Amino acid sequence: MAYPHAHPRETRVLSKYFGETDAIGIDGWIERGGYKGVEKALSTPPDDIIQVVKDAGLRGRGGAGFPAGLKWSFMPKNGDRPNYLACNADESEPGTFKDREIMRWTPHQLIEGCIISSYAIRAQHAYIYIRGEFVDVVRILNGAVVEAYERGYLGKNILGSGYDLDLTIHLGAGAYIAGEETGLLNSLEGRRAEPRIKPPFPAQRGAFGMPTTVNNVETLAAVPHIVLNGAAWYRQWGTEKSPGTKLFSCCGHLQRPGNYEVPLDFNLKELVFDLCGGPPDGRELLALIPGGSSVPIMTLDEIDCDVSYEGIEAAGSLLGSGGLIAMDDSTCIVHAVRKMVDFYAHESCGQCTNCREGTSWLAKILKRIERGQGRDEDIPLLLDISANMAGKTICPLSDSAAVPVVSSIQKFEHEYMAHIRENRCTAVR
Amino acid sequence: MAEQSATVNLTIDGAPISVPKGATILEAAERAAIVIPRYCYHPGLSAPAVCRMCLVEVEGAPKPLPSCVQQVQEGMVVHTDSADARKSRRAAVEFLLVNHPLDCPICDAAGQCELQDYAFETGQLRTRNVEAKAVLGRDKVTPEIMYFADRCILCTRCVRFMDEIAEEPVLQVIQRGHKGYIDTMTDDLFEHPFSMNIVDVCPVGALVNEDVLFKPRAWDLDQTASICPGCSQGCNVSVGTKENQILRAKPRFNPEVNSYWMCDHGRRVVISWGAGDRLEVPLVREGDRLVPCDWSRALDALAAALSSAAGEARAIVSAGASNESLFILRKLMEQIGFAGGHFRVPRGAAHELKGFPKLQLRAERVANARGAELLGYSQSEDIYGSVRDHTGALFVLEDPLEDAPADFADRRSPFIYIGSHLSPAVRTADLVLPSPSFAEMEGTFTNFEGRVQRFVQALRPPGVARPLWLTGSALLARLGAGVAVRTAGAAFAELSGEFAEFAGMSYQTLGVHGAIAPGAKSSAAAVS
Repeated sequence: MAYPHAHPRETRVLSKYFGETDAIGIDGWIERGGYKGVEKALSTPPDDIIQVVKDAGLRGRGGAGFPAGLKWSFMPKNGDRPNYLACNADESEPGTFKDREIMRWTPHQLIEGCIISSYAIRAQHAYIYIRGEFVDVVRILNGAVVEAYERGYLGKNILGSGYDLDLTIHLGAGAYIAGEETGLLNSLEGRRAEPRIKPPFPAQRGAFGMPTTVNNVETLAAVPHIVLNGAAWYRQWGTEKSPGTKLFSCCGHLQRPGNYEVPLDFNLKELVFDLCGGPPDGRELLALIPGGSSVPIMTLDEIDCDVSYEGIEAAGSLLGSGGLIAMDDSTCIVHAVRKMVDFYAHESCGQCTNCREGTSWLAKILKRIERGQGRDEDIPLLLDISANMAGKTICPLSDSAAVPVVSSIQKFEHEYMAHIRENRCTAVR
Repeated sequence: MAEQSATVNLTIDGAPISVPKGATILEAAERAAIVIPRYCYHPGLSAPAVCRMCLVEVEGAPKPLPSCVQQVQEGMVVHTDSADARKSRRAAVEFLLVNHPLDCPICDAAGQCELQDYAFETGQLRTRNVEAKAVLGRDKVTPEIMYFADRCILCTRCVRFMDEIAEEPVLQVIQRGHKGYIDTMTDDLFEHPFSMNIVDVCPVGALVNEDVLFKPRAWDLDQTASICPGCSQGCNVSVGTKENQILRAKPRFNPEVNSYWMCDHGRRVVISWGAGDRLEVPLVREGDRLVPCDWSRALDALAAALSSAAGEARAIVSAGASNESLFILRKLMEQIGFAGGHFRVPRGAAHELKGFPKLQLRAERVANARGAELLGYSQSEDIYGSVRDHTGALFVLEDPLEDAPADFADRRSPFIYIGSHLSPAVRTADLVLPSPSFAEMEGTFTNFEGRVQRFVQALRPPGVARPLWLTGSALLARLGAGVAVRTAGAAFAELSGEFAEFAGMSYQTLGVHGAIAPGAKSSAAAVS
């Protein structure tokens, strides 16, 4: 089975073997040059690995874009407590499905990344926290872990280096908030996935109270390539502040939805119109969410920018997780935003007042507007509720729920007003 | 290694203050008498910083910070009442009210509800919410506690009490987000000897004791500082009374004894104390009848009994009697010679509060056994046996003698009873003096470790019942054997002057948290 929509303009580093079933097993992976990165890493001092990842400028691919090497350098080096690595494979951001493909097609790529990263941060136990809904992916990953143990890439004295590492796959139970790193740690410990107050940061007190680094799947999958080929090689792509390549999960009203890997200086508009083929025939692109539902909505005239962290931010949104959602002119923005806010209301862990009550309140108001019972004063009310939700809670879920509301009102207020004043939807059916 | 000079200087609302390093902004503010509104924070529990009510503005911080967890830093400038801080607070209250039913008129917490208080304080007279409120229903969580999920603001104080203090984490937030509610993980109700503390910590009317449900309004209750008579722990309580009845008992903070907590048994004891048909007037024997009389005739009868008694006096006392009454009784007996007094100690199963192990529901289910001991009375398994061969004067203080054998007092003369109930054995007394219950008078108890603690009168005693320290000392003065004390404090001063075990103590030195009797210290040292 070939991968659905490979495109010649892609730069396939992480996704090179997507669609090749032979690459899933460990033999096929080794034939394709797999585990060379591990071999090289284990003969290198851990701090040198941290340095090369720092030099490469690899930024966290989970959404926040925090420099991975810097994060690793916060881990205690000679502590009397065990260090842990937690791989965030919860991939819960709506519109994002890149980690799933990495694990499905190249599970050993991730395991390699886990081994090297654990070695660099001096962890002897790594966890992959994966969302429980990924049933088939879990099966593949479990098989890969068994293979890696059998071949001596995991367990005691890996490749004779004296380094020990155990890797545990832990299944989530279906909560968006378990993708927030401290919520993930609580869930890993068997608690409710409620985000923790920071500080202390995970590097000080993480899983089971021990220093922990939490990295996204895509971040870890990039590590073997960087270790093997060097920082300069990785920096041939992208910008100064956003080096390398990134997977974009493109979905919604597109001719060719799917995962596309492009350098971080790729043009967003070209990604949408060239690689993904633009909206279906006869449709106009109305709006675009470039980085998962937690980032501001963009209009068509805003998307002529590069896809770097700073490029998209300058254009008024955020790169986020790279979950690109395209909406054409058949979309009712009020409805789309309401569905997103419903999602956040459903997924709010509920510990913080502003988020628990704010998300459901926003959802109720949007539902009422959609039903044609909106009032003019609902617009300022929505904005004020959003303002009261943003920046006032333990984790950013509250902010995330406010983002689509605020950005859609800023950019599509006429759609709201059509619902409110004329009981009419502007979507072209 | 304690850090030296570990003090941090900061400014809160323009007032410069110094607090120990590691203090939170909220704690620091309290030292400057600034109360930052809060719901999830409770001084006896961990702070999850989830209610977002205590957000304050800190100069230089990009967003408002939760003062309950944010530690103070040198030079910090905090504003608890700036426009930003007020807006944060208004927002939190508004959010909490989105789904909170405004059923204050039928809510037990009305009048003592922190949500109500802050809703008034933030002055939101009209709601901007026109949506239907969520309805989550209600259910019992223990056989005696009802949970109103609609009122719950999910502060999780109850969850944390069971987790951190009871160390039996039976309560949990079930579901999530706006559908969240508090429940056990099983379908069963839970039972725990300290379960009612979850009602106390609830900042709203979500957890309510069924025995007081819909009975008193908070503002109708008078609150009186008292000591729980339920066991030898001596928990500090606040007794809630209305129309001369005790309706509830809530723990009163004492870090040395019970922190913010008390057991369920104690609450039941306080509420039921002094129930039944009470003695209201003195009774003197006329032939085979006891006839009511006034206090002057009763004291004449007591004086006559003392002067005519042959041999020394013995006593059966209740270890629930106050130090002051036990002291005056001893003084009265000494007029004819103190041949000993005995008390019994009812027992029950002990329960420790694991998260605050100083506090136990103690096996000794009586408040003042230690005090009775220090005043020269002895514990006895068989109080009736202790007077079997005694033929002289017999005093009984506050033990109701309900299980006394029929011939119990036949050979004792005179038999003087001071107490509150008229049992068959008491009917054989020569003189009956009515005395108030602990809630109807002032006094002190000495707890298991020798801590002397004051309790204050909360109720009117029935009829003309008066404490023995008052009536007894009046008689002693008449006999030229002491001074007539007018207050419990004066009685205690007399006591501490005469008993080395209490030397140097007075109501002034007891303070708010009580003090260990010197005699208890030395005997504890002797034991160890």
